[in-house]
Amino acid sequence: MLRGKAFKFGDNISTDHICPGRYFHLRSNLPELAKHTLEDVEPGFCTMVNPGDFVVAGLNFGLGSSREHAAVVIKMAGVAAVLAKSAARIFYRNAVNVGLPILICDTDRINDGDELEIDLANSLVKNLTSGTELPVGKFPDVMLSILEEGGLIPYIKKHGSF
Amino acid sequence: MGKTLAEKILTDNSGGDAHAGDIIIARVGLAFVQDGTGPLALRQLKESGLEQIANPKRAILFLDHAAPSPSRELANDHITLRQFAEKSGVQICDVGEGVCHQLVAESYANPGEVILGADSHSVTAGALGAFATGMGSTDVAIAMALGKTWLRVPESFRIEVSGRFTNGVYAKDLILHLIGKLGADGATYKSLEFSGEAVLNMTMSERFTIANMAVEAGAKTGLFPTDETTQTYLDSRGRGASFRALSPDPDADYERVITIDASSLEPTISKPHSVDNIALVRELAGTKIAQVFIGTCTNGRLDDLAVAATILNGKRRHPKTRLLIAPASSDVLKEAISAGYIQTLIESGAVLLPPGCGPCVGVHQGALGDGEACLSTANRNFKGRMGNPEAFIYLGSPATAAASAIVGEITDPRELM
Repeated sequence: MLRGKAFKFGDNISTDHICPGRYFHLRSNLPELAKHTLEDVEPGFCTMVNPGDFVVAGLNFGLGSSREHAAVVIKMAGVAAVLAKSAARIFYRNAVNVGLPILICDTDRINDGDELEIDLANSLVKNLTSGTELPVGKFPDVMLSILEEGGLIPYIKKHGSF
Repeated sequence: MGKTLAEKILTDNSGGDAHAGDIIIARVGLAFVQDGTGPLALRQLKESGLEQIANPKRAILFLDHAAPSPSRELANDHITLRQFAEKSGVQICDVGEGVCHQLVAESYANPGEVILGADSHSVTAGALGAFATGMGSTDVAIAMALGKTWLRVPESFRIEVSGRFTNGVYAKDLILHLIGKLGADGATYKSLEFSGEAVLNMTMSERFTIANMAVEAGAKTGLFPTDETTQTYLDSRGRGASFRALSPDPDADYERVITIDASSLEPTISKPHSVDNIALVRELAGTKIAQVFIGTCTNGRLDDLAVAATILNGKRRHPKTRLLIAPASSDVLKEAISAGYIQTLIESGAVLLPPGCGPCVGVHQGALGDGEACLSTANRNFKGRMGNPEAFIYLGSPATAAASAIVGEITDPRELM
């Protein structure tokens, strides 16, 4: 069970917003790279977010580049899960591969600062602030298995293959 | 029910009957990373314990995004990639050889195979009838090691293009128009399959431009049937034997069919800060441009440089507008030199950058200043993309770029043709 505060973002947050190309030279220094997470859309995000909080976005979260660093730095910033109305394909897969839960639900029913509780096993999001429950889109089985192992690398280490 | 091109290719590569919505394990014919995604892929490979590469001849590391290296950190990343290539036997394309997608098209992609690249514009090879898609570092690392991946077979949209382009209108205008119509997430998870008279008449370079930008509507891949044009291209690259005839079944099931009349299109442009923010070039006439960039995996090929050189021939760039040119590969550069295009472009005031990604990703070679606007032939104009969140990026065809460089403002190329 995950519990934390919602940081609300809009539609079409690109991987350039999440992990700007001008920090390309920091891609092999992930702790430094993570200090710039989402700074082009929310300056100072990394100093405001607490471990266990959630990124809550609108449509097409993570569009653009395939840079997996975008999912990695969100996780390293302490974010426990991403919730969005929809997610771009590559980001969605990357998030699962690095063990960052990404849940598709009606985020219009979440306001910035709301307290949320997430039950991953049962695909349930509760908005504790408004007292509502949000249905969550289901993962394909293969993604659920990867997520349950904590990402693709632990999954492959355990199973050897797909 | 017949099969779409995506279903056919994935059936061939999964040993089963692939239908839209199925989860399959597919054989990966080619897997590649670039210098921005490669170091993480190698770290993940090491972490996984799978350091043996399934087929080193079909695994490639490209040094193109930050090449030549602008910093110590990136030079060290390049060392990491070179050392891995030496140790593992995988292929490496080093600084100056060109953009990964152009080199994949020229030398590696085969019709009918599954191609995974750790770069979103890996969809470019769909123009050759390969199921080419972008994934992250970990997925591609595992595909390199195992020679396979899991995929969800996508539903498909058929994009039926009739008619012919009028003067001053190009493949770039068509794909920008389509993205404007679909929206930046209008084709998320889908395969775009191109067909129709205009598509049959397109050169390979035009097909690459269109397939390259399929991802800007969210698509998983953008596929072209193969034909004589494909065969001729592969022959010209000494790879004619890899040709396979591929087309969707006439009764394939498409989730949507979108028709476009190429003859009705006008020069089209994408406005800051999203690719689907489309306008006609003439509607933005007069917008001041500080930098014009012609190049990238979208529009850095020989015909793109030819169009630009024709418009700029005997003219100068506007004194307040910088003009940067980056050929997509060293072969493109050599051919452009032989054809005289490079001489013409330099005489018009252009700065020639080495073959590679150039300023597209904001790493080096042409980052924008605060408040500056750039007209680029690239595929993406997100806030911060070219190194500065306070800058503005417009996307257009090489003709629009060249005309705008002369006038110093966004200019409909038909005015100068």
